[in-house]
Amino acid sequence: MTPHGRTAEDSLSRNDRLGRTAMFQVRFHGRGGQGVVTAAELLASAAFREDRYAQAFPSFGSERMGAPVMSFCRIDGKPIRTHEPVTDPDALLIQDPTLLHQTDLFAGLKPGGYVLLNSARSFGELGLADLADLAVEQDRNRFRTLSASNLAMAHLGRPLPGAPMLGGLAALTGVVGLEAVLAAIADRFAGKVAAGNAAAARAAFEFVASELARERADA
Amino acid sequence: MPFERIKFYQTGSFAAGNRLLPEDLRSVQSSPARSNTLTCGHRACQGCGEALGARYALDAAMRATKGKLIAVNATGCLEVFSTPFPETSWQIAWLHSLFGNAPAVASGVGAALKAMGRTDIRVVAQGGDGGTVDIGMACLSGMFERNDDVLYICYDNQAYMNTGVQRSGATPSAARTATTPAVGPEPGNTFGQGKNVPFIAMAHEIPYVATATVADLRDLEYKVTRAMDFHGARYLHILVPCPLGWGSSPADTIKVARLATESGLFPVFEAEGGEVVAASPIRHRVPVTDYLRLQTRYAHLFRPEERTEVIARIQASADRNIARFGLLGNQETDHPERIRLTPALQYDSPGEG
Amino acid sequence: MLKQIEGSRAVAEAVATCRPQVICAYPITPQTHIVEALGALVKKEELNAVFMNVESEFAAMSAVIGASAAGARAYTATASQGLLYMSEAVYNAAGLGLPVVMTVANRAIGAPINIWNDHSDAMSQRDAGWIQLYAETNQEAADLHIQAFRIAEELSNPVMVCMDGFLLTHASERVDLPGQEQVDGFLPPYEPRQVLDPQDPVSIGAMVGPEAFTEVRFLAAERMRQALELIPAVAADFAGQFGRPGGGLVRPYRTEDAELIVVALGSVLGTIQDAVDELRDDGIRAGALGITTFRPFPAQAVRETLDGGHRLRRLVVIERALAPGSGGIVTADVRGAISAPDGRPPHPADTIISTVVAGLGGRAVTRKSLRAMLTSAARGDLPPFSFLDLRQDLVESELARIRAARRSGPSAENILRHLSVTGIG
Repeated sequence: MTPHGRTAEDSLSRNDRLGRTAMFQVRFHGRGGQGVVTAAELLASAAFREDRYAQAFPSFGSERMGAPVMSFCRIDGKPIRTHEPVTDPDALLIQDPTLLHQTDLFAGLKPGGYVLLNSARSFGELGLADLADLAVEQDRNRFRTLSASNLAMAHLGRPLPGAPMLGGLAALTGVVGLEAVLAAIADRFAGKVAAGNAAAARAAFEFVASELARERADA
Repeated sequence: MPFERIKFYQTGSFAAGNRLLPEDLRSVQSSPARSNTLTCGHRACQGCGEALGARYALDAAMRATKGKLIAVNATGCLEVFSTPFPETSWQIAWLHSLFGNAPAVASGVGAALKAMGRTDIRVVAQGGDGGTVDIGMACLSGMFERNDDVLYICYDNQAYMNTGVQRSGATPSAARTATTPAVGPEPGNTFGQGKNVPFIAMAHEIPYVATATVADLRDLEYKVTRAMDFHGARYLHILVPCPLGWGSSPADTIKVARLATESGLFPVFEAEGGEVVAASPIRHRVPVTDYLRLQTRYAHLFRPEERTEVIARIQASADRNIARFGLLGNQETDHPERIRLTPALQYDSPGEG
Repeated sequence: MLKQIEGSRAVAEAVATCRPQVICAYPITPQTHIVEALGALVKKEELNAVFMNVESEFAAMSAVIGASAAGARAYTATASQGLLYMSEAVYNAAGLGLPVVMTVANRAIGAPINIWNDHSDAMSQRDAGWIQLYAETNQEAADLHIQAFRIAEELSNPVMVCMDGFLLTHASERVDLPGQEQVDGFLPPYEPRQVLDPQDPVSIGAMVGPEAFTEVRFLAAERMRQALELIPAVAADFAGQFGRPGGGLVRPYRTEDAELIVVALGSVLGTIQDAVDELRDDGIRAGALGITTFRPFPAQAVRETLDGGHRLRRLVVIERALAPGSGGIVTADVRGAISAPDGRPPHPADTIISTVVAGLGGRAVTRKSLRAMLTSAARGDLPPFSFLDLRQDLVESELARIRAARRSGPSAENILRHLSVTGIG
């Protein structure tokens, strides 16, 4: 077991299971002011710490608070050359559930892709029965909700869900390890903000990891 | 400028006054060691007020800075007549970039000197009214607002003279220019009355603002010297008659400038930090018509018939200046508490008591 | 030092290691992060420079002109409308032969107003006499700035480093940022060829009439010719000292045996290289030619690259700017290069050149679209001039509206309204 809490075998077997190439692409959805761009950059920073290549960039609409925004992150073992937007993500991180009914957030999601939605409620409870069915149909392990904003409020005192979402992503996909995420947070923020974000990320990781373990055990 | 009354009785001589003065009060031009910054051979018109003003101003600046001066020039008459390729009249480090950017370029020169630890070298920027009042206004305001260490000198001949006498934002009411011709029911400049750039400069509360004319060259030298006592943004606005554009005789350049001040149309004053601190009093007040009649750019105010209402409006603006600055000395002013007159050197001609 | 860093910040840090003495800043999206980062470095006293917040881009270039003429290493950054606003001063700097360096964060020029990436801004100034370098990645953007100061000062000619707005400026990528000592070893202090010095006064900026203007301008052309030799030499020196290639005139990718070569500038080259690899897997011998130095145009290097493969049948030139009423900006220069001014016949004589206008105003240039377009080019189905991913329906509906009524209204607004009705495709 590496210090990241994830074995190299875990990564390989994950990639094999999913039948995908080495590049992993994430699309983040949220609203202006929720730290969507920062989340993508933190993920890239985490991958960098694991000595991998990463690219993070926003999609740019009118930059006003509350407007829907997207950001992207690509992670690969070799240099990333392309500069087009991510059209077929391996994972979607949705930081604001109010976006669900407005735009087609799931466009391009790869078969076998992951969805992590910031909400305290389940897909069914959110009125996304279709999505819930889809989750069950695919592999419900991969479609999850996570009350990231609540975790952020508890640990950081502000409803900025980015860090816990990344913690959840790390547990869900193994694309980066928790330690790398924590190191990225420590590098980006300072003092209480860093500590709060790190605590929220860790709590999210542990929550998702334990859920996954429980579901595997049940299965 | 500070002055004290002296009487002298020598007449018929052009060695006026200099050798009776202490050395430090003598004109720079009287010294064989003067810089001749704008040296002879330039191509200015006969009687050009700008050439006269620039020579006095830059030589005074060179004396004040002991020769450590860089000049930045806007496009215009001064730049064109002083640098006819392949010659240059400038005996100092001199840069011409564009029409509208002299203040910004000068700010950049100042920044470089600061970065290189050479703040002993001072910077002067110069331009005509067009390059200052119109196309250079944004850059000028930026320089003022940042309080960059530059002395900006505007040579105001009240129109775009180099390109053929077109109206500028400094062109006064009723004046004829190529783009405000003396034709039709309202001949001459019918809109605007000239941007008051000294007031705009004062509104930025920069350390020093002053106006001057080529009629009082000693006063001009004093003001340039005084400006160099300050650091930060400084502005000097000099009225320089243009015989060609104004339609005045080349021999009358100084006389016309004097009439501009003596009528009250061009107040001569100094301001520090946004407040007027001194104004040169009018010695012998004249009606504006004495000034207007000498210039064919105002000929349409008198022929075929006298346009009394227009002249009255012009007179009213002169009256307003006189009241505002207290230019008649002992009279009531609009803001008596703001204007402190300092004594100035005066030359009494014989016959005056 | 290896960092995961936003492009703008990487450029700011690279510029800072070049020891600029005067930095002028006026904000315009998408270069603002560059000047903000530099401003912070100066404020924290980590960079010893004078940082001027000026009142317009025109003032920014003007102040940089003054600073450079006074003997200081000077820098500014702009984009789009700002570049146009300073255009008079841009020409002035080149005409005066001042070695200023400026970043252009490529952005479309309005109207219609658009903050996203294309090359129309830098292209509008291609004849101003500035050397123009185009970065493919953020690593290259950082490296080109370091080389730019050296090139500018050796030649006494200003240099514009172009990097795609948002796609590079706002993308966080892995960049190896050189240390101060390394850069000091590569870039010596600025020794001006002409300078405002009270001890040795000169007049700079005199009017030059018909008797000498041609000769002064010839010297500007000569500086560009010298740049064609200097730029590869500086790039080679850079590679030697920093251990990685960067800069130079052109960058070929799999062109040696290519039957189809795509020519492009800037970050789109990365996406193109991915598309080329896919086409090769499909059995199409594709290649790409990146043009790093656009001015001076490296005609000989382009020609030599295209000469190398005797199988070349098709050239596709990607234009990231539109020259209305004309066939293509880069295309014209490429055509000129392969037409050989030395009198040799064009090679290959039957090469088909297609111009594709792509990615205007920030529309994404995708691998998928490129691949489809290039496949069609290989088949011989690509027209000589086309727009990639053009929404024909939007265009048709607006043309119909224009035909139907005189007062048809502003086209841009009409198209946007139609778009919101039909949805983004």
